[in-house]
Amino acid sequence: MSAGEPRTGRRGAGAGAPGARTRAAALAAEGLAFRYPRAARPTLDGVSFTVAPGELFGVLGPNGSGKSTLLRLLLGALGADGGRVRVLGRDLGTWGRRELARRVAVVPQHEDIAFPLSVEEMVAMGRYPHLGPWRAEGPGDRRAVREALARCDLSAVADRPVSTLSGGELQLGRLARALAQEPEVLVLDEPTVSLDLRHRMEIFGLLKQLAGPEGTTVLLVTHDLNAASRFADRLLLLDGGRQAAVGTPAQVLERETIERVYGWPVRVTRLPGPGPDAGAPQVTALATRHAPKEIA
Amino acid sequence: MPENEPFEGGVGCGASRRPPPSPAGTGLRGEEPLSDSATSDPASAAPARRAPRPVLRLALLVLALAACVGLAVLVGAASISPGRVLAVLAGGGDPAARGIVLGLRLPRAVQGALVGGGLAVAGAAFQALLRNPLAEPYVLGVSGGAALGAVAALVLGWSAAGVWSLPVAAFCGALLAVGAVLAVAARSSLALDTRVLLLAGVVAGAFFNALIMLLLSLGRAEAFRSAIYWMMGSLSGAGWTETWILALYVLPCAAVLLALARPLNLLAVGEETALYLGTRVEGTKRIVYVATSLLVAATVSAAGAIGFVGLIVPHAVRLAWGSDHRLLMPASLLAGGAFLVLADTAARTVAAPAELPVGVVTALVGVPLFVTLLVRESGRGGGLG
Repeated sequence: MSAGEPRTGRRGAGAGAPGARTRAAALAAEGLAFRYPRAARPTLDGVSFTVAPGELFGVLGPNGSGKSTLLRLLLGALGADGGRVRVLGRDLGTWGRRELARRVAVVPQHEDIAFPLSVEEMVAMGRYPHLGPWRAEGPGDRRAVREALARCDLSAVADRPVSTLSGGELQLGRLARALAQEPEVLVLDEPTVSLDLRHRMEIFGLLKQLAGPEGTTVLLVTHDLNAASRFADRLLLLDGGRQAAVGTPAQVLERETIERVYGWPVRVTRLPGPGPDAGAPQVTALATRHAPKEIA
Repeated sequence: MPENEPFEGGVGCGASRRPPPSPAGTGLRGEEPLSDSATSDPASAAPARRAPRPVLRLALLVLALAACVGLAVLVGAASISPGRVLAVLAGGGDPAARGIVLGLRLPRAVQGALVGGGLAVAGAAFQALLRNPLAEPYVLGVSGGAALGAVAALVLGWSAAGVWSLPVAAFCGALLAVGAVLAVAARSSLALDTRVLLLAGVVAGAFFNALIMLLLSLGRAEAFRSAIYWMMGSLSGAGWTETWILALYVLPCAAVLLALARPLNLLAVGEETALYLGTRVEGTKRIVYVATSLLVAATVSAAGAIGFVGLIVPHAVRLAWGSDHRLLMPASLLAGGAFLVLADTAARTVAAPAELPVGVVTALVGVPLFVTLLVRESGRGGGLG
């Protein structure tokens, strides 16, 4: 699995100068630094990486390593103390919120819906950046919502209140909302956490499909090292706010690196086939902290 | 801790509860986006069929509001036959009937519609802003501030300065409360945290109540009585001038809030989500807060502190028709207006010739109504929307 060459997105051609856009990185961070007020040490310190258009890019790291903060900085929910962020070739600061939301969709980690809402209503919110406060939904908007529901296998539950969905269905619903945005860049914060095996594989498979054949750039934060290894083109491993490694799964998921960052002995094996991802490194944590060295 | 799943890939999604188990590397509907849109095209009739429903519902509410205003004009302490009232409305009628219908009942009904609609819209907006179905204008200290201003005017004798002094004092009190609550919330956190806003509002309300009690215990007895009556809310002072001035505040503020229906939908889901879906969250929250506060200040200075309308009406609309603010906001405006006109008609007639404070009626009628809706809804297994 390599980063692959820049692809032209489904919708990329219509929006502005195509030549310039396909060459520019979809997302780029340069020396990103951030410290929460009154925090003893910076949450992020000198993080630099680029995500090519059409790439599936995974951000890994232990709890508190700065993954979610990095995501907020990339999306402008927090302002960086140092360094800069470029989105689709432009400095983050030059984007308006709505303009950004038309091209970058986000599935946040947590949402606490305060009032009853149907699945379809929730997914239709993905069209808001395209509609603004006033414009009524057109046939194109309804089609985008319908397709997003169908892709996430939610058409049958479209009229149900979101409060009656299972955790997996709700997560698919939030993903469907992001798909209804028809974004060029899709950012997800731990989308598969607490999901069962099937939902997890479905979501990763869908992301792979979006990133590969369809040219959507996907950046996802995840704790799932093995799924990231199988599905992502490249990975970034954070350790206490600094980047421990960037590169292909084989480069990042090395035993020494993982043991140092997570502080736990692991074994790295290769995924047996069959399948396109055969040979991807798989990390297994050993049962006890002080495992005999010869096992590794 | 990395999860132990090295062999998932080979197994695939063995259980075939769903269409083709997706092998690694393809989507749920792998290669068929084209057939997707082709097969679902006939279904485009469904949203089209559903589209007129909100309009029908709003039209229904317009009729209900008109009916309530009609009833309010027909009944009252003085018995005027429906025929005479209709003659007045048609432009004729005898002078006595004209005086009562056009000079007293109609402005009072219009003012009731404005106050009720304004309070209900403000309540719906506050509930979305604070992501809390129990929020209402009163919780944020706005009405406490307005009440303090009005009571100060009554007790300290400023009301002798002219008919304008009491509403103006109430308005200033409300703005003072808004400013204080906003300042506290802004000082305590980087962004406008809704929990801090709620707490600051509750604390400010308690403080204003204490000041009101202090003023009342020091004031004269007749000031005490009119202050209490005013605090319970009443539309008895409504003339055309007051009504027009109230409309000047209520209608633009309500229009601003109605226009923010989509951002309110997003804020109700979550502030981070709203940001990522293109909303300037802090700016929107400020606009909503200022517009609702102006709205409440205007209604409280016109009619006193009328409770429950801002809580019950949006809640009832939400239970019946869901939480899309594009329907919820205008529906709350109309239903709130109808509800308060009806409540005021009852307040005028139930114990005639005596008049009850309309705030008492809204509470007495509203609470059982609210409980009924709540129990019926939870009995259905929470199937809302």
